[in-house]
Amino acid sequence: MNQLIAKNVNVWYGDNHAIQDVSMVIEPFQVTALIGPSGCGKSTFLRLFNRMNDYIDNFRMEGEILINETNIYDPSVNTESLRKKVGMVFQKPNPFPTSIYENVAFGMRIQGMNKKSELDEIVETSLKKAVLWDEVKDSLKKSAFSLSGGQQQRLCIARTLAVEPEVILMDEPASALDPISTSKLENLIFELKKSYTIVIVTHNMQQAGRISDQTAFFFMGKLIEYDSTKKMFLKPEHLQTQNYITGRFG
Amino acid sequence: MNNSTKNRLTDKAFQYFGIFNTFLGLIMLAVFIFVILQVGLQRLDWDFLTSLPSRFPEKAGIYTALIGTFWMLLLTIIFSVTLGVSAGIYLEEYAKKGWFSKLLEINISNLVGVPSVIYGILGLAFFNRYLGLGGSLLAGSLTLSLLIIPVIIMTTRESLKAVPKTIKEGAYALGATRWQTIWKQLLPAASGSIVTGVILALARAIGEAAPLIVVGALVYVPFIPHTPMDDYTLLPIQIFNWTSRPQPEFQVNASAGIIVLLFLTFLLNGISIYLRNKWQKKVKW
Repeated sequence: MNQLIAKNVNVWYGDNHAIQDVSMVIEPFQVTALIGPSGCGKSTFLRLFNRMNDYIDNFRMEGEILINETNIYDPSVNTESLRKKVGMVFQKPNPFPTSIYENVAFGMRIQGMNKKSELDEIVETSLKKAVLWDEVKDSLKKSAFSLSGGQQQRLCIARTLAVEPEVILMDEPASALDPISTSKLENLIFELKKSYTIVIVTHNMQQAGRISDQTAFFFMGKLIEYDSTKKMFLKPEHLQTQNYITGRFG
Repeated sequence: MNNSTKNRLTDKAFQYFGIFNTFLGLIMLAVFIFVILQVGLQRLDWDFLTSLPSRFPEKAGIYTALIGTFWMLLLTIIFSVTLGVSAGIYLEEYAKKGWFSKLLEINISNLVGVPSVIYGILGLAFFNRYLGLGGSLLAGSLTLSLLIIPVIIMTTRESLKAVPKTIKEGAYALGATRWQTIWKQLLPAASGSIVTGVILALARAIGEAAPLIVVGALVYVPFIPHTPMDDYTLLPIQIFNWTSRPQPEFQVNASAGIIVLLFLTFLLNGISIYLRNKWQKKVKW
């Protein structure tokens, strides 16, 4: 597993210059937090890594995003295989309207795997990795909507893990969860970084401080500062960063 | 009288006006059904359902019309669902959103409002004459399909639109192709309301007489159709024919026919309501 590299990335939505000349290197097997006020471009930036912006009208991008030394915006790149390598967890838990089992199995099924024994095994290991197995092992046939919000979000993580990604992108994954679910999720993220590279967008400064190794501060489409989380929180170089982290604006 | 008393009076007046109108509609319907049942039930028996048409009212039955209606339903389902649903999927999921798709959208919503007899004339010119299908079931069902395809397209689009965008994103994020996302997530999630819409459209279609008179549904068909190329008659046509006869016995037949047609329509509506409720219980976003 290698670094994720953004090289001179610019993004426009129509006339809106949403990301302005951002370059950064994201280290493997670490949690990198993207912080900044609403509309600063951090979510847009996150969604560049699995090309989720491609479906947005008027989206235009320049620059390179390198994953395993391949520019993922090269026309030869297959978006579907990219997204198997780079999974994503969304802001609001978005389980499919099917059973818990089928939610986790979906990623395998679309790759043509339909053997029950193999699926059973992957569903179980994925749910275990997402620390949800014990809570749902007797109700795998139940609708995913019968779970609580926090469980649904862990189900979405299990679903992502089932396709064996290398990178997991998380877009404010705890913003719709209560404090207890949030702390479970944070513990899970801490576990996951042993095996996956994690990039997380968060509005919660304490959360960024607790779980991330690196923090990047975005403001109005620009990457203002990017450093180890410790340094960012204790001795940031830029006044803007300090003001934002200490809650003086944003 | 001050302002607030005046407002309260207006409010009360409107309330009673609303109640009156609600009951007016219901009472009219109830009276209509009562009269039909009173006249028609005496004639409605198994023989009536299984007898061929006849010029003797007591011998005449709706067998050919009933079988014709079932044939028509079946063929119309096949054509309208295939064409309507796929067009809806294309417009919602594939077509680039721009002035062209706007134009298509406006035209399709306008087609919903076109009087059915116009479709009949189109069917006569194109299916009967140009394609040489004559007054066959095939020509009739294609015409009826034309009539309800715009409704099905709109239903399909609305149902797909109602599936949260996050479901689509979730599927894409796992590496699903557009095809897989549509077939394995969006359509199953939308199918409940698509089916409901399709059934409601069909319920309307089986009551249509106007376009089918134009495209050649026959008033007197002494046999049941065996292939889509056969001549046919339908319940509304048969009813229409009986009501225009001078003998009072035929009026009784017409009432009995109306009961059967109403039953079919209510049955279809009932199925759609059942499916909708069942679906709403299962999925909540």
